[in-house]
Amino acid sequence: MGILRVVNLGVEVGEKKILKNVNLFIKPGETFVLFGPNGSGKSTLLNAIIGNPAYRVVSGRIMFKKIDVTNLPTNERAKLGIGIAFQNPPKINGVKLIDVLRYCAKVGGHSEETILELAEKMKMTDHLYREINVGFSGGEVKRSELLQLMLMNPDLILLDEPDSGVDLENVALIGEAINELLERDKDAESREKSGIIITHQGHILDYVDADYAAILYNGRIACIGEPEDILNQIRSEGYEGCMAKCLRNMENLE
Amino acid sequence: MSEEYGELGVDKERLREVGIELDESKRSGTYLQEDQEAKTFASFFEGVEVMSIQEAMKKYEWVKDYFWKILRRDQDEYTREADTADVNGYFIRALPDAKVEIPVEACLYLKKAGKQRVHNIVIAEENSELNIISGCTSHPGVAGMHIGLSEFYVKKNAKLSFTMIHSWEPTVEVRPRTAIHIDEGGSFISNYILLNPVKLVQTYPTAYVEKDGTVVFNSIIVALEDSVVDSGARAVLRGENSSAEIVSRTISKGGKVIARGHIIGEAPEVKGHLECKGLMLSENGLIHAIPELEAKYPNVELSHEAAIGKIAEEEIFYLMSRGLSRDEATSAIVRGFMEIEIKGLPDALKEAIDRTLKMAEKDLL
Repeated sequence: MGILRVVNLGVEVGEKKILKNVNLFIKPGETFVLFGPNGSGKSTLLNAIIGNPAYRVVSGRIMFKKIDVTNLPTNERAKLGIGIAFQNPPKINGVKLIDVLRYCAKVGGHSEETILELAEKMKMTDHLYREINVGFSGGEVKRSELLQLMLMNPDLILLDEPDSGVDLENVALIGEAINELLERDKDAESREKSGIIITHQGHILDYVDADYAAILYNGRIACIGEPEDILNQIRSEGYEGCMAKCLRNMENLE
Repeated sequence: MSEEYGELGVDKERLREVGIELDESKRSGTYLQEDQEAKTFASFFEGVEVMSIQEAMKKYEWVKDYFWKILRRDQDEYTREADTADVNGYFIRALPDAKVEIPVEACLYLKKAGKQRVHNIVIAEENSELNIISGCTSHPGVAGMHIGLSEFYVKKNAKLSFTMIHSWEPTVEVRPRTAIHIDEGGSFISNYILLNPVKLVQTYPTAYVEKDGTVVFNSIIVALEDSVVDSGARAVLRGENSSAEIVSRTISKGGKVIARGHIIGEAPEVKGHLECKGLMLSENGLIHAIPELEAKYPNVELSHEAAIGKIAEEEIFYLMSRGLSRDEATSAIVRGFMEIEIKGLPDALKEAIDRTLKMAEKDLL
């Protein structure tokens, strides 16, 4: 039984159609890596799944835990168990990190103690009483996003470029946190958490072992395969070359 | 204590809204004036004097020298109007070297229809530290005008913080006239909070800052439907190395706000910064930010930033992704907007401000 099923999804931003007929199926315990050139719609897909009103679903639907969430407000989706770490979250003046962590802990049923414990683990203790994302470095933003997700304890974890703008030392810590969130440290059979990871450079894959990878190209999903294979192909032949190869293989299916 | 106030016939809930505790253990002095009459006043701390200005005039020959010293009688029709024999107000004075951390509270209460004329004198003598919370409010349903004149004297190396919370009625017009003189090395922090409906508030306090002195004006202002608030602060940096900071957070939910600020640098090595931020919460209403900087000397450092906008959808969405409903997210962002980090304020006053902000949220959202 799938945790997430995206069916024929079409999404517009402003007047522009970004996604066309995207189909995606994720089972509990599965982690997907999503590759694709800039502007191919990777972030759009994650924003549509969490319900960002700036991303308008014009066709298809999104099923989460057998519930049609296509028209649910974002907070309802969060309460059902979808969590997202944004690539560039907004700064909010006067709203402190600790305030937001408390909102997250409420969703995940965690105590104040756990907040402090996990903040320590993610090296964010010094930032608790600072305005959220204001003056945070690239790595601090990513650590803060993952810390929020840890407290929300979601079943489907959407990670938008968790490794971009992060120095090497932080990538290891971030990789460890992602493995924990996605239960990659457990046996495959006992994993229940699922995830979609967008990565541009693929650094995070040195730390996180995903089940599948797909390329989002021109608003469609293509080339599903082993993450390592796909990443190697993209590195050697570029997206175009990789796509051409995939499409050749898929000709019989069309 | 509170029973005594009960007999005075003031609305205690209204007083709490403006930070008046009526609790001797939480304040180092108290003053309550209803219309023209000083109902009660007392000091609970050796180093501070609290009495009515009429009483002070009788007690000290020299008080009259502070009366109309930095405010002008002929400034406008309101100063002229308040220049009457029955004018009353508070006299609060920290003695030299006294450190009065627990705040003195002063309440001006407009009870009957008509005009309340107030003239206050506050003196922080040399090396003293004084904190005052002033709550101005009106009896439910009253219509009228409050004219409040205040002259503050911060002597050499003294520190004075003055937190004023206003809560009026939509039928009340308010015309404070305030001047502050800050002597060498002195500091003055003003916090002004106005969150409830009012017919009109028009205020533009001026601080004259001498050598090494500093002044900080913070204001948090909400204008609801039909309210007009014309509020600002001016700092005249007269002495070398003096500094000023003027910060305002204004919110319009249908009302009209003019947020003014004016820093005048007329001595070497002075510094001033002005920050006006406005948030529009409804389609009607108006916020007009008027920051002004004036240099009369080459070696000054004056700057300002002003920004007016609405709540960013992106911020609401972000908090919704953390489980907050749209309303909860909006409320958290507005609360954040009103948060000004105020340094050097005793906890009791921070608490009073937080409580007032919380109470106002209901009307705002």
